[in-house]
Amino acid sequence: MTAPLLSVRDLSVAFAVEGGTSLAVDRVSFDLAKGETLALVGESGSGKSVTALSIVRLLPYPAASHPSGEILFEGRDLLKLPERELRKVRGADISMVFQEPMTSLNPLHSIERQVGEILKVHRGWSAAKCRARVLELLTQVGIPDPEERLDAFPHQLSGGQRQRVMIAMALANEPDLLIADEPTTALDVTVQAQILTLLKELQQRLGMAMLFITHDLGIVRKIADRVCVMTAGRIVEQGPTARVFQAPEHAYTKKLLAAEPKGAPPLFDAAAKPLVEVDDLKVWFPIKRGFFRKTVGHVKAVDGVSVIVREGQTVGVVGESGSGKTTLGLAILRLISSEGGVAYLGKPLAGLGFSEMRPFRKDMQIVFQDPYGSLSPRMPVVDIVSEGLGVQGKRLKRAEKREAVARALADVGLDPSAMDRFPHEFSGGQRQRIAIARALALEPSFIVLDEPTSALDMSVQAQIVDLLRAVQARRKLAFLFISHDLKVVRALANEVLVMRNGKVVEQGPSSEVLATPRTDYTKALLAAAFDLEAKAGHAVAQ
Amino acid sequence: MSDAFAVPPESQSPAASPPPTPGAPPAPAPRGRLSPINRRRLANFKANKRGYWSFVVFMIVFVVSLFAEFIANDKPFLVKYDGGLYFPAVKTYSETTFGGDFDTEADYRDPYLQDLIRKSGGYMVWPPVRYSFNTINLNLPTPAPSPPTWMLTDAQCASAAAARTPAGDALPQTAAPRAKSCADIEWNWIGTDDQGRDVFARLLYGFRLSVLFGLALAFLSSIIGVLAGAVQGYFGGWTDLLFQRFIEIWTSIPTLYLLIILSSVLAPNIWVLLGILLLFSWVSLVGVVRAEFLRGRNFEYVRAARALGVSNAAIMFRHLLPNAMVATLTFMPFILSGSITTLTALDFLGFGLPPGSPSLGELLAQGKSNLQAPWLGVSGFLVIALMLSLLIFVGEAVRDAFDPRKTFR
Repeated sequence: MTAPLLSVRDLSVAFAVEGGTSLAVDRVSFDLAKGETLALVGESGSGKSVTALSIVRLLPYPAASHPSGEILFEGRDLLKLPERELRKVRGADISMVFQEPMTSLNPLHSIERQVGEILKVHRGWSAAKCRARVLELLTQVGIPDPEERLDAFPHQLSGGQRQRVMIAMALANEPDLLIADEPTTALDVTVQAQILTLLKELQQRLGMAMLFITHDLGIVRKIADRVCVMTAGRIVEQGPTARVFQAPEHAYTKKLLAAEPKGAPPLFDAAAKPLVEVDDLKVWFPIKRGFFRKTVGHVKAVDGVSVIVREGQTVGVVGESGSGKTTLGLAILRLISSEGGVAYLGKPLAGLGFSEMRPFRKDMQIVFQDPYGSLSPRMPVVDIVSEGLGVQGKRLKRAEKREAVARALADVGLDPSAMDRFPHEFSGGQRQRIAIARALALEPSFIVLDEPTSALDMSVQAQIVDLLRAVQARRKLAFLFISHDLKVVRALANEVLVMRNGKVVEQGPSSEVLATPRTDYTKALLAAAFDLEAKAGHAVAQ
Repeated sequence: MSDAFAVPPESQSPAASPPPTPGAPPAPAPRGRLSPINRRRLANFKANKRGYWSFVVFMIVFVVSLFAEFIANDKPFLVKYDGGLYFPAVKTYSETTFGGDFDTEADYRDPYLQDLIRKSGGYMVWPPVRYSFNTINLNLPTPAPSPPTWMLTDAQCASAAAARTPAGDALPQTAAPRAKSCADIEWNWIGTDDQGRDVFARLLYGFRLSVLFGLALAFLSSIIGVLAGAVQGYFGGWTDLLFQRFIEIWTSIPTLYLLIILSSVLAPNIWVLLGILLLFSWVSLVGVVRAEFLRGRNFEYVRAARALGVSNAAIMFRHLLPNAMVATLTFMPFILSGSITTLTALDFLGFGLPPGSPSLGELLAQGKSNLQAPWLGVSGFLVIALMLSLLIFVGEAVRDAFDPRKTFR
């Protein structure tokens, strides 16, 4: 057996915190051979990204330190390499692709400059030579019309294209090792499938090794030869992907594998009482041009959507990002202005002002995607959850308020005694429970759930899905469930609305739509979500 | 359940009164508890040793100067006269109270009055320095400005000491009249100014006035600035656009010239001065607060609050203001020192506080016109430099305390 390309031995990473250090990675060892793909998989906080970043020493030193371990790359210990030497390795022999394509490209540099920089730094090439290579790279990563794109700036590209540019940058010097840190997490499922296919293809063609960091087991199964399962800074299991998936040995791996959202939504019942009726809803943003700001056209974020949400039922809204899902949810709650009819229990809401809407807010609530952003960081949980109660004209005594908060917290499976703590003392899943409790405290009958699970870890996702279903059954709630994740939608929604560019392309009971999709777009979405296949490429975003 | 309610009495919630039932909400945590983030800030503040000690020193000096009337005053704080107790430092008595002839306010430095009190078998308890900021020492050893007494020779003091005849004859001519020296006259520790007023007393009162004025100006301009910034940032659009243009025009008005013109029309007193300076100083915070609100109004928790039906005013105060307060508090010490500098500069130029007020700027001006009396300029400079340096150091520590990225040193 030849020596591995990368060999990580007993690597530990510690971070300085107030009054001591905390160990983020605890004696991790793994090998990576030439041309092999190794996946580091784990939930957030498991130390997988920190492990990857320490390979190229990109951690915030001196706050971070390595109490033990060595990282042998082609026989040299990267941890002991002087900074000058290391810079030659970074970007040339080892390169990285990061998670967020929106922020990992410099918004003020053109694509040519961005990609060419690496060539200039490492090879000292002339501008013309760089340009030719950049063109070649852009063609390689599948950017359409690469000549025209050379002068484009990042904001002129879509998320998928930006990630392709990132990959082009990483490949520029034909590295031996590509570290991909959740390269598809911020992308749409359809785009994710395309990027994964591209990475796999390029890897085979260029014969590089790939260290792939992800939390998504579906991706691991698709792309990795071997897998390391990490939790709490340790690798608890490693082995060939097929073996780990078929016969997981460690309890944590079993738990991860079992964590997919399961269960079935309530049965579709066309006879249930309609709560919210949306008729031909339109949200058009005017495009203004010229000196007098004349309206020359509209961005049709939501264009003529009609849907009925019934008591105790869940309507799932799916689609790629930018298809108008969230805008639809906000427009139904009249948090943004819209045209067309929205009625709650037959009472029209269109044209109501902010204070006229207030009585309806009690019945119509929303839960947002990001549990870190949707809770005010400076308020204790009791104030967050009870804020709506105060507004809704219920002059409650302090004790009654606390009672109501305790009920809402108990409803979402949180300990009521935690109500005086601040949001940052809770985990992501717990925060999302608090956000749900805030919506539930008003005892609404209709809740818009705007991607409530997509910022959460897989195992937590499943818990939140179970929770939502339980609450729905108990209180006969109606949900409008917005998500790009078809797995979650399948587990929760009994009616599905497939949106694209503001329009509904397919609508019906979820059993029908998900089993026998009629449009190419829906088929592509399903293929991308369940099989990570890039199908019917013309029907989806690039 | 019992220990769940074991909270300090001031936070005793009504929840405690009904019999505790299973599932009853827990009693609230004590209110005075610092949230972890504030505890971290306090630790960061203390970690900046220079700033922390500057704060301690500044607070000690400031608190001491708040009691200036009990340190340097031309009135004793306790008089025993005819068996009764009087408190002249806090209450005004007329001369007739102590058996004098006139119905005017008693002058306790007057040997005649001192005599009356002593003769009644009473006594006076004086502050350590027997001058107030406007007390004129009528018995100067040299023409004003008179140097610090410890710099004088006995010969210079002789005439003043002779003039200060011991009232009453406690020790009549039993001993031979010994030579009068500087020890026999009332001391001016840092000399007097060109009107014969004690410099130490003026510095003490002047420091207090400067800091109080600075605090008032910083506080009021912060309130106005935060409100204006909040409204602009939160509502955005036309409100923001018009307001911003207005501020641009407003800030382009040359403040100093306007002040000079205004002070020739209005009789300057501390409130007029505060008002005029306030007109221009509130803009300093608007930009920061506006930016915070512009950023904050798109936060999801603000949107969540709107979905709950919370009103605009409540969102601004409850959800957004705390974010803006970090920036405001960080700026506060710098605004404070800026305000003090402005006041000093105006006083120096003679457009500031009315004549006779204890003012550091006026002391500097005197120092400039009396170069032969360096104790004026030097002492004024030292006090101002010390005060401003301390405030800047405190400001640095506050900035550190609120820096979210300062996780390690």
